Amino acid sequence: MIQDTIAAISTAVGEGGIAIIRISGPNAIAGTAALFQSRTDLREADSHTVHYGHIVHPATGEQIEEVLVTLMRGPRSFTAEDVVEINAHGGVVAVKKVLDVVLMQEDMRLAEPGEFTKRAFLNGRIDLMQAEAVIDLIRSKSDRAFSIARKQAEGLLSKRIKALRQTVIELLAHIEVNIDYPEHDVEEMTTAYIRDQSQIALDEIAKLLKTANEGKILREGIMTAIVGRPNVGKSSLLNMLAQENKAIVTDIPGTTRDVIEEYVTLNHIPLRLLDTAGIRETSDLVEQLGVERSHTALAEADLILFVLNYNEPLHADDRELLDRMAGRQVVLVINKTDLPGKLDMEEIEKRFSPEAIVRMSVLQEAGLDYLEKAISGMFFEGKLDSGDLTYVSNVRHIALLKRAQQSLLDGIAASEAGIPIDVMQIDVRSAWESLGEIIGDAVGDSLIDQIFSQFCLGK
Amino acid sequence: MGYEAGQYDVIVIGAGHAGSEAALAAARMGCETLLLTINLDMVAFMPCNPSIGGPAKGHVVRELDALGGEMGRNIDKTFIQMRMLNTGKGPAVHALRAQADKFAYQHEMKKTIEETPKLTLRQGMAEELLVEEGKIVGLVTKTGAIYRSKTIVLTTGTYLRGKIIMGELMYESGPNNQQPSLKLSASLKEHGFELVRFKTGTPPRVHKDTIDFTKTEIQPGDEQPKFFSHETISSNNEQLPCWLTYTSEQTHKIINDNLHRAPMFSGAIEGTGPRYCPSIEDKIVRFADKPKHQIFLEPEGLHTSEYYVQGLSTSMPEDVQLGILRSIPGLEKVEMMRNGYAIEYDAVVPTQLWPTLETKVVDGLFTAGQINGTSGYEEAAGQGVIAGINAARKVQGKEPVIIARSQGYIGVMIDDLVTKGTNDPYRLLTSRAEYRLLLRHDNADLRLTPIGYEIGLISEERYESFLNKKALVEQEIERLRTTKVKPEEAQPVLKAAESAEIPFTVDALSLLRRPEITYAMLESIIPSELALTEEMKEQVEIQIKYAGYIEKQLLQVERLSKMEKKRIPDDIDYLEVQGLASEAKQKLSDIRPLSIGQASRVAGVTPADISILLVYLEHYNRVVAARG
Repeated sequence: MIQDTIAAISTAVGEGGIAIIRISGPNAIAGTAALFQSRTDLREADSHTVHYGHIVHPATGEQIEEVLVTLMRGPRSFTAEDVVEINAHGGVVAVKKVLDVVLMQEDMRLAEPGEFTKRAFLNGRIDLMQAEAVIDLIRSKSDRAFSIARKQAEGLLSKRIKALRQTVIELLAHIEVNIDYPEHDVEEMTTAYIRDQSQIALDEIAKLLKTANEGKILREGIMTAIVGRPNVGKSSLLNMLAQENKAIVTDIPGTTRDVIEEYVTLNHIPLRLLDTAGIRETSDLVEQLGVERSHTALAEADLILFVLNYNEPLHADDRELLDRMAGRQVVLVINKTDLPGKLDMEEIEKRFSPEAIVRMSVLQEAGLDYLEKAISGMFFEGKLDSGDLTYVSNVRHIALLKRAQQSLLDGIAASEAGIPIDVMQIDVRSAWESLGEIIGDAVGDSLIDQIFSQFCLGK
Repeated sequence: MGYEAGQYDVIVIGAGHAGSEAALAAARMGCETLLLTINLDMVAFMPCNPSIGGPAKGHVVRELDALGGEMGRNIDKTFIQMRMLNTGKGPAVHALRAQADKFAYQHEMKKTIEETPKLTLRQGMAEELLVEEGKIVGLVTKTGAIYRSKTIVLTTGTYLRGKIIMGELMYESGPNNQQPSLKLSASLKEHGFELVRFKTGTPPRVHKDTIDFTKTEIQPGDEQPKFFSHETISSNNEQLPCWLTYTSEQTHKIINDNLHRAPMFSGAIEGTGPRYCPSIEDKIVRFADKPKHQIFLEPEGLHTSEYYVQGLSTSMPEDVQLGILRSIPGLEKVEMMRNGYAIEYDAVVPTQLWPTLETKVVDGLFTAGQINGTSGYEEAAGQGVIAGINAARKVQGKEPVIIARSQGYIGVMIDDLVTKGTNDPYRLLTSRAEYRLLLRHDNADLRLTPIGYEIGLISEERYESFLNKKALVEQEIERLRTTKVKPEEAQPVLKAAESAEIPFTVDALSLLRRPEITYAMLESIIPSELALTEEMKEQVEIQIKYAGYIEKQLLQVERLSKMEKKRIPDDIDYLEVQGLASEAKQKLSDIRPLSIGQASRVAGVTPADISILLVYLEHYNRVVAARG
């Protein structure tokens, strides 16, 4: 585990400024050198030096980004390993591309939550007192990663990945049964069969990668849920934020019906807005489905914009929602301040600090600056996580898909070169494992299960 | 009642394939050893198929031979057919499979056991384990004999509360109508063991003279047989063929018509059966669209007319079994000599074991074979040899031996069992190994002979010859690396092999890396002066040809070995580890893994848990270090 090299964007995602990609581990220097076009050879360079150059695509040679690269040789670095930091100009797309090619390097993988800190600790760079903090960091981040992973597991991508894996595992099981049951009357594995089966998987991977490239959906941003009873002005708020801020608007298929997503930057802070479908108990099945998803969105949000109608007294539903906000990062948006006040402000002020209460009238487009201020305040006080996991997990998916693609191509090539099936199987297996990593599926016994469900074996 | 019957270092209960290996290993390592069996005529008996080896299983036999076990030598003496399987595939999955003369096999093994110094073979049924302060101290037999011992290895096979089931018929029995062991389970439970109920089965046996072989296909053995043991040089054994036939439409009809009488479906069977070895009724129900199934007819020995009907394991009533047999081409007039049956038995939940095969529940008590939830003679023998070695080493105050997953299938199997447990009888498959290319049939001796030598089960002489082989292989690889081949030398061979021409001089090694070029071809251009055997040449060829893939796997092993070497202290309290998920706390407390590597394979333990554990251990070590 300590032996591989890890990389991640170590600055908060946002616009402007400089973004830093940090790389740590035995292959940090050589791996970066392979991508770095410069007058200096990083491998030869002294520790604690900065170098100007370009990150280029290792295959095409295309220049991706103009960068400054800082080199720190272990043990004189944060993690006590060889560390390289790539300073890019920050544009989210460019940084993402740089990370992309970095992750394509041999033995390079995306850092797990808290992993740089963990390595620093395990390598003796951090004292004993900080051990607990490290544990908290790993736990809290991975819990979040889990909920994101689960959300995606429920989603469209996961369904397609599962189908893709099924194609690969059927091929694997077929190879395995040829090996473990050589006298059994199952079809002999041939190069043609391997190529055809792999091609089905490859086509699907190509399709998935194409959507990833074409869409250029910027999935980063603070996950922000707009919550409130029906007709308090949630959608209007969303629309106002989207229009006023020249948002990058996207439709995420399969989710738009119930949860509308918008990407906006508010005062340079990236937000990913979710308009929930109106939270209340309902007996209508279709609506209930939407409500369920809203609850999920609510549970996963980094920031909640809770909208209340100034013109109505607190409803039982409101109180229930308020109770559920405990311990969360909430901005209370009191909407419709252009109308007479009937809201129980005293009760609200008891529950929320003044900074978290924003009065506005979406209809009159008033009060937006207060909202901006409230959110910025929270953000710069470090109360809000920049949601980098959501962003990064996307990069991660692309990297893993590419890895699976390469493994399958290697497998076909090996098979065509006359490499025996038990040897080329290593390639197919790693394709399957890469795909599994996307949906967080453990390798476990599922291959054995597949063999026995796909083939009739026995003595 | 009861009398003092003797004092031993190691007692092995059960003389099947696990027990025989355990007892031989312990005695050969210098321990006073008692091997106790319910019936002396059943030593190393094969109650099911009369064969040994095949993919993964054959690998285990080669491995246990390298560790100084007996199964390889014994089958080499008593085989009646030898076949190398998977020869069309890569070297890692070449697998030797032998048909045994099952009677010769058991007599030969019994003889070896009887002639081994320090080893006492005795008939007797162990009924009660004697445990004092959590430590095993001895046992009591049905006849009241009290045997005292520092360690006990339990290899009870399918005898523990064994129950035979066939159609509506059900009775307490061990395999092949042997006396079952009815009381030992209670003793195990009393000492805190969790038991499970497993099931297995066997097909009917038929009389050779009533088979019409003209309706079947012959399956002969290899003309030039290879051997399991690294010690066996040659053999004059007579070989008999096996025969292949298929089930018919009529077979499937008979089974479907009688499903209501099948205990598998009527609910009479409560034990979990092996997935890899389903009964014929199970196969026909689960794979209804498969029109026919293979049936192999295998001789059970040179001096018997019994044939084993492989593929027809069944617990149908006897009359239905006869009908099924006679519906198969070639068996229309067959006489059934023994019926098939299903057998249920108690097994120990294997996560109650350390990777040494000592139980966590009772100190000094080891278990091996089917009692650990496995199935198969080879799996049993592989565990037996490890349990025997570790029981002996415990008595001698030495560190236990644990085979790593990267060192052998035996290691893969034991790690799977003690780390993950098993829901059905466990069979080894090559796909269970993540480093298949390293765990080859051909290099079992290279992997494990040094361990066998170190623990004293491999003789000086054999070790010398092993070192010689290893050195010669390395020298030859080096020679090929440094020997240049000119285009004009290589061209005829390349042309014959339809391989691309070389424009300039290259080293021999890179030529051999081409899939279509063999070592034999190179030999014709640049013969070696070293005294290389065929086996050594094969080694050279494999190590060069698959070097790329082999190196990749070695790299993975090296990376993970850091985790494997990171020991977890015995006294760690997982409930105290702040930040561990509650599932991980529970699972880790149950399994008590010895290393971070093992911990990472425990089901329900996530990479984040492992990170937290690493941080905790670092913390722990620093605190311990600070205390001095």
